[in-house]
Amino acid sequence: MSDDFPPLSLNVPEPGCRPGDTPDFSDFEIPRAGAVKRPPVDVEPDEIREMAFSIVRVLNKDGEAVGDWAGALTPEELREGLRHMLTLRAFDARMLIAQRQGKTSFYMQHLGEEAISCAFATALQPGDMNFPTYRQAGLLIAGGYPMLTMMNQIYSNAEDPLHGRQLPIMYSSKEHGFFSISGNLGTQFVQSVGWAMASAISGDTKIATGWIGDGSTAESDFHSAMVFASTYDAPVVLNIVNNQWAISTFQGIARGGVGTFAARGHGFGIASIRVDGNDYLAVHAVAKWAAERARRGYGPTLIEHVTYRAGGHSTSDDPSAYRDKNEAAAWPLGDPIERLKKHLITIGEWSEERHKQAEAEVMDTVIATQKKAEAIGTLGDGQAPSPRDMFEGVYETMPPHLIRQRQEAGY
Amino acid sequence: MTMIEAIREAHDVAMAADDRVVVFGEDVGFFGGVFRCTAGLQAKYGKSRCFDTPINESGIVGTAIGMAAYGLKPVIEIQFADYVYPAYDQIVSEAARLRHRSNADFTCPIVIRMPTGGGIFGGQTHSQSPEALFTHVSGLKVVVPSNPRDAKGLLLASIEDPDPVIFLEPKRLYNGPFDGYHDRPVTSWKKHPKGEVPEGNEIVPLGKASITREGSDVTVLAYGTMVYVAEAAAEATGVDAEVIDLRTLLPLDLDTITASVEKTGRCVIVHEATRTSGFGAELMCLVQESCFYHLEAPMIRVTGWDTPYPHAQEWEYFPGPARVGEALKKVMEG
Repeated sequence: MSDDFPPLSLNVPEPGCRPGDTPDFSDFEIPRAGAVKRPPVDVEPDEIREMAFSIVRVLNKDGEAVGDWAGALTPEELREGLRHMLTLRAFDARMLIAQRQGKTSFYMQHLGEEAISCAFATALQPGDMNFPTYRQAGLLIAGGYPMLTMMNQIYSNAEDPLHGRQLPIMYSSKEHGFFSISGNLGTQFVQSVGWAMASAISGDTKIATGWIGDGSTAESDFHSAMVFASTYDAPVVLNIVNNQWAISTFQGIARGGVGTFAARGHGFGIASIRVDGNDYLAVHAVAKWAAERARRGYGPTLIEHVTYRAGGHSTSDDPSAYRDKNEAAAWPLGDPIERLKKHLITIGEWSEERHKQAEAEVMDTVIATQKKAEAIGTLGDGQAPSPRDMFEGVYETMPPHLIRQRQEAGY
Repeated sequence: MTMIEAIREAHDVAMAADDRVVVFGEDVGFFGGVFRCTAGLQAKYGKSRCFDTPINESGIVGTAIGMAAYGLKPVIEIQFADYVYPAYDQIVSEAARLRHRSNADFTCPIVIRMPTGGGIFGGQTHSQSPEALFTHVSGLKVVVPSNPRDAKGLLLASIEDPDPVIFLEPKRLYNGPFDGYHDRPVTSWKKHPKGEVPEGNEIVPLGKASITREGSDVTVLAYGTMVYVAEAAAEATGVDAEVIDLRTLLPLDLDTITASVEKTGRCVIVHEATRTSGFGAELMCLVQESCFYHLEAPMIRVTGWDTPYPHAQEWEYFPGPARVGEALKKVMEG
């Protein structure tokens, strides 16, 4: 045996573009809209393996809805979807400013990713449960959760339903099918599988959805979720939002040598689909397909939503330090709001004037709601939760040691 | 009955009374667990209420949290306490905090059972006592039974509890009692008074300690296997020790501890876990805070050494009656 091995070297993947480089997505393969066929909901995962390497797209360059994933939504529903996305974007814009003004400590926006949670929400039924990350507030906006309550939570004021205990935007609403956001990464993915297993154990017809980012698929809880979902055929839709960036770390660090994140599902025998996350119609159609598949007992689906995080990771992040400022504009799947707007105009159901008017109305609503929330209080100003609330709810019944500590603290 | 039978019966009683109780873990379903604590449950209640899982502790606890959020009451087994670490994030960051962070919008009534402690030549991967890793976490309850009667009653109370409970089962006590000496024969649980376990749903409340030996010279705080070591040391030395079996470490029955130390004026703390930052440190601090002016002598703790749990040197690591006896004599001199 020869012993003339050259020295090994470590492979550390690098993104295609760093600050100062010219963004280049030419390696990113984008199938034409309508190219990917819609399989029956009871399809065997093996029969759709190629869907993990392609991308389901409905809206083409001309703003037309094409292919057999099209036609799931009426013009009225599409206008409502557009309004949800506009609302989320306006909400984000105002809350970002509020954070910069010191009215709260922290905020996370959705810029460029609005279609995913907004379109997904309308594919579910009352009673279903989402296990979201911090970038799916569209599930609440499109689900009819009061915007004022969201703002009260962000401001940690006296009307915050979580009594100031949790970081801004870590909402919780059982009533609206929105599991309490932890802030830890990946933990909720496997919990969604457990919730779905419980539905099956109980002979229910409800389903769960799990959410995770591209970076957090590297967590072992991703594997835990996949193996449990696979073993027990849990009625769950597992969503990976691939927005290309995990804070400063490009998606290639989590993905490694596998072709796509969706392809991770193949090893588990889970139906795995990639979808254009900036195409409201495609996200909704795929969500509806996967939800029906789960609800009819055909098992889990793994969906990779291909999108781009156009803003910073959070208000604590400055993306210009690690990626070129022109990269968002160069992203080839465009902007979800612009694309749905163009589609509605193309089919004669919308106009530039109506769009401008809708934007203004939405912003007026957000600002009016913000005034109401700020009249109650913002972080450290106005009506605040009681320090006593910190001691409540650690347990259902407060144990003696916490009672003593609360008294010691003077509350 | 043995502690294993008592634990099995607690599951049976709870599953019969409440359809929401589901039981799962590694080897837990068809086989009934490597220690047989869930034997027969799958046959009786069906595969959807008692089942085997992949070898994935994070997944076992993570799915249990999701099930609890749905409205079930999972009672799950981690095969050995030594294997719980992959699930630690789910326990600490999720189960323990869910009620607080969601303002009870979601809650987490789960019981996480796991065999703990040494004394069976399990080496470093089947002998650990990680209770302090859980007592440090707000939102958890931590229970350690020392006999079959308590094991059944405490497990039933834990299943009824609305919050997550870490239930540590001293595996040295599973199949037979322990009299503190590893090299002497003992009578079986069948003939042991604490092997008499009441039928039905008779709970032992959480947060209540038990005085297993009354005495006036010194208070010994112990739990699990070490209760028997403390009793043996008292007999061997003739020191009139009052032995308190804490039973629940969190929340702790400080009233019983305080009343005893105020009476005896002396305190020895015993646990099998490693010493540094062990639960004994917390106990010593609490006794100091609440009983300082009653103390006649410095408190002493007797614990496992700050080493990994050894295999061949198990009984040199284990704080047996000789070491506890020395502490009793020393505290009486102070």
